[in-house]
Amino acid sequence: MASETHGAAAEHYVGMPQLNFEWFPNQIFWLVITLVVVFFILNRIAIPRIASVLAERHDTIQRDLEKAEELKQMAVEAEDAYNKALADARVEASNIVSATKADIQKDLDKAIAKADAEISAKAGEGEVKIKEIRDNAMKAVQVVAADTATAIVDAVMPAANDAKAVKAAVTARLKG
Amino acid sequence: MSAEAEAAGSGFNIHPMDQFVVKPLFGHGDILWYTPTNVTLWMGITVLAIIALLVLGTRGRAVVPSRSQSIAESIYVFVHKMLEDIAGKEGLKYFPYIFTLFIFILVANILGLIPGAFTTTSHIAVTAVMAMAVFTTVTLIGFYKNGIGFLGLFWISSAPLVLRPILALIEIISYFVRPVSHSIRLAGNMMAGHAVIKVFAGFAGALGVFSVFPIVAIMAVYGLEMLVVCIQAYVFAILTCVYLNDALHPGGH
Repeated sequence: MASETHGAAAEHYVGMPQLNFEWFPNQIFWLVITLVVVFFILNRIAIPRIASVLAERHDTIQRDLEKAEELKQMAVEAEDAYNKALADARVEASNIVSATKADIQKDLDKAIAKADAEISAKAGEGEVKIKEIRDNAMKAVQVVAADTATAIVDAVMPAANDAKAVKAAVTARLKG
Repeated sequence: MSAEAEAAGSGFNIHPMDQFVVKPLFGHGDILWYTPTNVTLWMGITVLAIIALLVLGTRGRAVVPSRSQSIAESIYVFVHKMLEDIAGKEGLKYFPYIFTLFIFILVANILGLIPGAFTTTSHIAVTAVMAMAVFTTVTLIGFYKNGIGFLGLFWISSAPLVLRPILALIEIISYFVRPVSHSIRLAGNMMAGHAVIKVFAGFAGALGVFSVFPIVAIMAVYGLEMLVVCIQAYVFAILTCVYLNDALHPGGH
């Protein structure tokens, strides 16, 4: 086949070069060398390197995920602590408020009681004064009424002028 | 094909198979088994490309990867996951071998798409060696791990007893055909794609102003080839995983 090739005018190959068995040893020899070289490069350098990179990446991602989980846990704990502190502060505030309210109430009650006492004392005094005034007024009225009645009687019926009787009548009338 | 074209005396000067010719790198002598040829050159470039991608690309060892490291990691994870899904945890022991095959075929295929490049994986000699290596290794692993029980792979206990000998015969034939289909699938795909592109390129040279059509066709086929090239590397690797799984778990079906 090769001789035919050389015989061809422009050195073009006749038939399938793939079936030229003269070239097989050459191809097989170089293929075996190539495959052995590739195998050693891959097995010694490339595969361990890529495997370690992939493993390292896997570990890194795993670590980061764990760390994130941890941080998330911490955040949840911090939130809980915050909420607890807030609740405590609320309770304390309400305690303070109620204590203060009680104090104020006490003071207020005291002040009110004092004021009440003063007011009732003043009221008693006032009543006494009012009574006095009323009594005085009543006496004055009686006097005035008796005088007026005496004068009227004196004017209308001078004969029947009896000061004592008039006064008694006026007093009885005022009481009725 | 080229001889016919020339014999017909047409204007076409298409030699789609010339790109697959193995030539010595220096001079015009005979090709002995150790002669440095274009096979040597392009396999060397393949090795350099693999080093660039998987060794230089990952030298940062960054937790947040660079682009090249990201590509290397994606390929690694892809093959690793494929092997684990198909052959299980026991199969991961053979990961470096599967990865070697996959990355070599993938990179050689992609480099073959560079215009003017020599596609090492388009040669049956190359793919057959890999397929036979897979076949032999997997068969040895099967007998080593399961002893004579590995033959249970051919004795389908779920089938009716009468059918079992016939099925066993079919299974054995299909088992021995595996390396043939395994290797020809890859070499055939590579050869066909490159030959088609070359044929269109020949038309483009001969059609003058109408060469725009073959050029568009080349672009389309090139895009398709880009896909085929990756799929064939994947298919070769996944079939290797499937064969390995048969060897590790012969009672699997």
